[in-house]
Amino acid sequence: MQKRPFLKALGSSLLLSSTPTWLHAQNKPIRVGSTLSLTGPLAGTAVMHKISGEIFIEQLNKRGGLLGRQVEWVVKDDQSKPDLARTLYEQLISGDQVDLLMGPYATANSLAAMGVAQRNGKVLITNSFGIPSLAKYDMHFPAYVMGIDPGTTVPNTLLDSIAASGAKPQSVAMVTSKFPSVVFLSVGAREVFKKRGLREALWLEWEFGNREFGPIASRLKEANADMVWIGSIGAESMQLLEAMNKIDYKPKIHFHVYPTPGPLTKSPLAANALTLTTFEQHAPFTNNPAYAEAIKMYNERAAKANLPDTVFELQAANAFTGWQFLEAGVKGSGSLEDSKIAAWLKKNHVDTIIGKVRLDGPNNYGDDLNRIKQLQGGKWLVIHPKEVAFPGSKMMF
Amino acid sequence: MPSAGLLLQALASGVFLGALYGLIGLGVGLGWGLLRQINLSHFAWVFLSAYITYELKTRLGVDPLISLLFLVPLFGLLGMAVQALLARFAITPFNSLLVTFGITVSVEALLQWIWSADFRRMASFYDEHKFRLGSVVVTYSEALTMGMALLAVGLAWWMLHRTDMGKSVRASAEDPAIATAFGIHAKRLAIWVAGFCAALAACAGVCVALTFTLAPSQIFAWVGVVFAVVMVGRLGSALTPLIGGLVIGISESMTMALIAPTWAPLVAFTVLILILLLRRGDE
Repeated sequence: MQKRPFLKALGSSLLLSSTPTWLHAQNKPIRVGSTLSLTGPLAGTAVMHKISGEIFIEQLNKRGGLLGRQVEWVVKDDQSKPDLARTLYEQLISGDQVDLLMGPYATANSLAAMGVAQRNGKVLITNSFGIPSLAKYDMHFPAYVMGIDPGTTVPNTLLDSIAASGAKPQSVAMVTSKFPSVVFLSVGAREVFKKRGLREALWLEWEFGNREFGPIASRLKEANADMVWIGSIGAESMQLLEAMNKIDYKPKIHFHVYPTPGPLTKSPLAANALTLTTFEQHAPFTNNPAYAEAIKMYNERAAKANLPDTVFELQAANAFTGWQFLEAGVKGSGSLEDSKIAAWLKKNHVDTIIGKVRLDGPNNYGDDLNRIKQLQGGKWLVIHPKEVAFPGSKMMF
Repeated sequence: MPSAGLLLQALASGVFLGALYGLIGLGVGLGWGLLRQINLSHFAWVFLSAYITYELKTRLGVDPLISLLFLVPLFGLLGMAVQALLARFAITPFNSLLVTFGITVSVEALLQWIWSADFRRMASFYDEHKFRLGSVVVTYSEALTMGMALLAVGLAWWMLHRTDMGKSVRASAEDPAIATAFGIHAKRLAIWVAGFCAALAACAGVCVALTFTLAPSQIFAWVGVVFAVVMVGRLGSALTPLIGGLVIGISESMTMALIAPTWAPLVAFTVLILILLLRRGDE
């Protein structure tokens, strides 16, 4: 009588030990490795990518994960340093042995990660790579959908939006940070503005990390151009606006390249500021009910994380789009093999929160989906192009 | 040619920025010269004070000047406690650099944990209101920073040169062994000096919160230029950090106005190198 349970247990353990290894592997979660700038100067924006990514993974796992397996995100802190990002991506591949990669935040760190991904033949999806001409790796896919030549398309979109409003600026004053992806756009815009007949009243550059904006504001005031291009990143826009306000100068038209949205949203000085976006939390972007829960979760978690602006916008949307690329690539190819995922992504359009995206152009860039938004009454509203503009909105001066 | 208005406004910007450099540099320079400590945590105290000022103003509506009544004694005690700890373990000047760097990194992490890494900006009466001196616009916060820097420098000078305690501190810095032989309790004095320096950091923090956008990582952005200010002046001196601050602040600002903003960061260190070379020639 006592032999039976023993034999049962022996039988079960033999059965388990003879289970093929591929079956064990199928039960293990798929591990996606990435770094984010959780500390350092880029942390203020990278935290939005983290919240957005976590929400995506949660929802993905609820709907069954990838290829029947749950997904686990291994995220490490690159401290906003490209050299550290490079080391951590090596570690993720060789030490943590992750199945797939997801890109870090910001251009320099993405470039560092790209080299590692290329050496190891891994697909790398980045969500904030700002200089498309540098993305030479054929298995890199950009979720900040800005086309191959944003230095031309972005300023043209801006000038088109201004022309659509009826305004006709004759001169432009351009001031810009020397942060690589920012100065790249500013240099491109400089050429476009010249070609479109705008007189350049001022061109100034400052080092990233500059504290004193008073003299720059004074020179802008003296230039007195019809339009001001502010090549800013992070808090620089706010700092320059404050310096301009101090000397009672308010440009009629002011465009900002990559400002941190939170402080601008809360300041009356930033009224009518123009900038770029691929998604804003208003119609028609929010018309798809499939994303309502993710947006609500983001709003709640951003508030819990004490972010000054809890709205789901450009940064959160780009991060979300990156994860959608990965999901589509794996599901579409039915494989975790990087070459198959890459081949699928190049051949197919991906439905994302920012719209249908193609990745079949030079350096895997497709169209430029940047739109122009303006801060009106404390809210960012897309005003151009018309088909995605907030209903009834127009450019304010 | 830039207009006179532009030049005067740039000059004013340089003067007020220089006053803040001087205020921060005063605390660093006194600690370095009198205590032989390269105290990087001074920058951490400045930003901790700035964030507390921001929090008190935005959550409770406390006027930044009123918050000084609370911050000055709090940071004074904090500075004294850290100094007592450094003295307890007989930290050498070089090791003080490492220990205070560790404290600074910890404070940066603490700020990030409480307030996140995103940028914060305190709206206040002092930054919103301004007055004119001819064609030059001055905000109340800039005037306040200048006033506080002058007050701090005056107080430090008076304490060092007109009180027994100050004379004892200078004697102790000059020759600790002889000072001790004359009955000066160097360790106790060092604790008071550290407390005073940390209290100055609290004042500078209020000025930073009034004028600048805050982010935890900004702590380190001030280190280079303030060290240059301290070196342009003389270690342990009450007056020279303000002079050094003004020289560097004005040079930076005029470079931005006349040449290009991108050259401004080089100015502080070029001025430092030139002054050190000239001083070497004097010796």
